[in-house]
Amino acid sequence: MIISVASGKGGTGKTTVSTSLALSIGKDAQILDCDVEEPNAHIFIKPKIEKKESVSIPVPKIDESKCVFCGKCQEACVYNVIAVIPATSERSGKTLTFQELCHGCGACSYLCPVGAIKEVPRETGIIEMGYAGDLEFIHGRLNIGEAMAPPLIREVKKKIDKNKTVIIDAPPGTSCPVITSIQGSDYCLLVTEPTPFGLNDLVLAVEVLKEMNVPFGVVINRADLGDSKTEEYCEKENIPILMRVPFNKEIAQSYSKGIPIIEGMPEYKRSFEELLKKIKEEMKK
Amino acid sequence: MKICITAQGSDLESEVDPRFGRCQYFVFYDTDDLKSEFVSNQNKDGMGGVGVQSGQLMADKGVKVLLTGNVGPNAYTTLQAGKVEIITGVSGKVINAIEKYKRGEFKPTDGPSVDSHFGTK
Repeated sequence: MIISVASGKGGTGKTTVSTSLALSIGKDAQILDCDVEEPNAHIFIKPKIEKKESVSIPVPKIDESKCVFCGKCQEACVYNVIAVIPATSERSGKTLTFQELCHGCGACSYLCPVGAIKEVPRETGIIEMGYAGDLEFIHGRLNIGEAMAPPLIREVKKKIDKNKTVIIDAPPGTSCPVITSIQGSDYCLLVTEPTPFGLNDLVLAVEVLKEMNVPFGVVINRADLGDSKTEEYCEKENIPILMRVPFNKEIAQSYSKGIPIIEGMPEYKRSFEELLKKIKEEMKK
Repeated sequence: MKICITAQGSDLESEVDPRFGRCQYFVFYDTDDLKSEFVSNQNKDGMGGVGVQSGQLMADKGVKVLLTGNVGPNAYTTLQAGKVEIITGVSGKVINAIEKYKRGEFKPTDGPSVDSHFGTK
């Protein structure tokens, strides 16, 4: 079973929920931090990292002795990676590649009529794996300056063990990295807060999940703040609210020290067990 | 000789567009027959790599000199490979920029004038 934890708005409590949910299951659970641009679940899980893997994407390397400057690769590349400058009386021919723009689709080397393009790996990030007690931990770290998270997220997700309960901590927002993280999940928890910003972004995330056909429910964090519009929206849209976490100084203090809620406040262990039960019930519907 | 000026509109009275990759129009001006051609920039709303493709266009069109506000690092590299002389910091009306160029009042630049993604800000 794969449960992803997402949110439209950032800072609503995805990691707070995902880490405590994963820790409450413990044995036979896996947590994957797919927010590879700034992973933070490890701060709470404190895993012992046992294995590291480098992740690369294939990028074009031009063999200038073979290139005939036909321009087919440049035309094929939708990411504008390649410039083909044919020779004139004043300049020699040159085919330039801007590899940091490359998505690794391979169209250029596939279409080159003279076999002048070889694909070479370029590292975009790493995957780190380990355990915290019985809980298996995996996350991706995108290298600094890299723009593309999805290829790394896909590699992180290859580590999914289908025999376990898998918790995915997704990045915030509603763009490609979020879609890549959620894809293939059996259920998605949307963590929100009852503020106008929280609601606005929740509505966007709900639209994404409907499009993706992934069943979902809502967790309202800092539930006693703000207004009742989020509750009203969920009721109107028939979206189940599976958990309400109060605005509580103790929770904030634990968070600031890197202590998961269920460790700082053990009485929450039951709330998260209850949450998992509710998710399973929702999935049966 | 063909020169190119980035423009915000489609006539010689328009202002010079300070962006290269994401300018509104490219004005191709021939200093021999004084003819000008306006080309709407197909890349102006592109996701990325627009400097590279605008640089490619300069090479394809046989431009020798580019007059614009700024060029980023990728555009600079592409223009260099195309042996296009780059003049940055150009502003005011397109027609005035052409006149100034003809009077030899501009100096070519020797590096990118802005960082990546400048034109998206």
